[in-house]
Amino acid sequence: MKFNLKIWRQKNAQAAGKMVDYTIDNINADMSFLEMMDVLNEELIRKGEEPVAFDHDCREGICGMCSMHINGRPHGPLRGTTTCQLYMRNFTDGETIYIEPFRANAFPIIRDLVVDRSAFDRIMQVGGFVSVNTGQVQDANNIPVVKADADLAMDAASCIGCGACVAACKNASASLFVGAKISQYALLPQGRIEAKERVLAMVNQMDEEGFGSCTNTGACEAECPKGISLSNIARMNREYYSASIS
Amino acid sequence: MSKKSTHNGLFSTLIGKKMLMGVTGIFLITFLVVHCAINSLIFFNDGGELFNEGAKFMGTNVLIRIMEVVLFLGIIAHIVDALLLTLANNKTRSTGYQYQKPNANSKWYSRWMGLLGTLILMFLIVHLKDFWVPSRFTDHIAHSELEKLPGQETLFEEMKEVFENPLIVILYVASMVSLAYHLLHGFQSAFQTMGWNHPKYTPIIQKTGFWFSIIIPILFALMPIVMHLGIIK
Repeated sequence: MKFNLKIWRQKNAQAAGKMVDYTIDNINADMSFLEMMDVLNEELIRKGEEPVAFDHDCREGICGMCSMHINGRPHGPLRGTTTCQLYMRNFTDGETIYIEPFRANAFPIIRDLVVDRSAFDRIMQVGGFVSVNTGQVQDANNIPVVKADADLAMDAASCIGCGACVAACKNASASLFVGAKISQYALLPQGRIEAKERVLAMVNQMDEEGFGSCTNTGACEAECPKGISLSNIARMNREYYSASIS
Repeated sequence: MSKKSTHNGLFSTLIGKKMLMGVTGIFLITFLVVHCAINSLIFFNDGGELFNEGAKFMGTNVLIRIMEVVLFLGIIAHIVDALLLTLANNKTRSTGYQYQKPNANSKWYSRWMGLLGTLILMFLIVHLKDFWVPSRFTDHIAHSELEKLPGQETLFEEMKEVFENPLIVILYVASMVSLAYHLLHGFQSAFQTMGWNHPKYTPIIQKTGFWFSIIIPILFALMPIVMHLGIIK
């Protein structure tokens, strides 16, 4: 398969970037999008040019590292996939593909398609944990948890922190990410103890990092590779209101 | 949790400001119900008798007059809060995408609430000038046919007069289209922002919101049309 690629190239955080055209041929339809990028980079290196910097790690859709805004959407045209799970057979031969970094002031560009998502880490550092004194491993059923709540907490915890929600949102809001992280603790008895401090700290940090507000357009949920539900944002809001006034 | 949060109150964060949008939005929705119900009395086609009765009640009842002030405060809060949020949101992405497919993941009217709201505000100014100002600040409007002094009109007659102008009718109808789309997103969005998301009740809220957003603006839009065409006399 042959593709015309338009890729955002930017030397570093300060430099001005621009779209650069590349043509790539002999691409196997069953290559993943990242493998196509690998082939392109090998060609660029052979020609003595700078390879395109992009984030990747596990390449099986669980680490959240691969980003990229592909043909106008985070992680490309498919629903519920990361970029590593996107295959070239999902494109047509000869297609022009736009490849850009995730755009948000809270996610500054490091180089080319690599953005700094440590704003998410800082939000987690102020409350995305449960304080437990170490000691003996306790009995598995010591704390009863309702199955339905456990399932919802697991759904929320499936967020991989990739940032597609921010990239898709017109306000660059991190509400889906923060909502999921708050929910995964708020739903469980272990998380209830620090629930109030957690939601206030994480919501304040989210604002401090420069993410926008949620206008409920639903773009985040539609683009989330893990299908995190908007109900997590509603839960975050409920938690926040009750923590604020109590 | 070792780190004590520095929280400056409910409205200090964007979520708090969004809550104010939701509360005022739902309040304005309840106003639409009352306004639409009273105005729909013209559809009885009784020469405006019932409608003028309703208008008299709305114009003289103490509780309603107090709510009128609350309503204006609600509208102002909704507008100012929207401006604050929009200003904050405009600062979140200095460099945009070269190529974007926003329709792939969201509805256009959910992204253009600010524009739809501005159109509604512009309509509101014309609308208040047409009816609210003459009935509150001049002696031009009488409460009923019986109380009419020379040179006075009832509110029903004022409606007929205003809607003689086809341009006004077009403006009113077009504005109701803006209102419909604003509500189509806003109704269910307000509930979501308030945190009222529930597997059983959210689908009911969404269906109610959908029909509300269609029925109320259609009823409002019909009023200038039927009066202009002389169907309601």
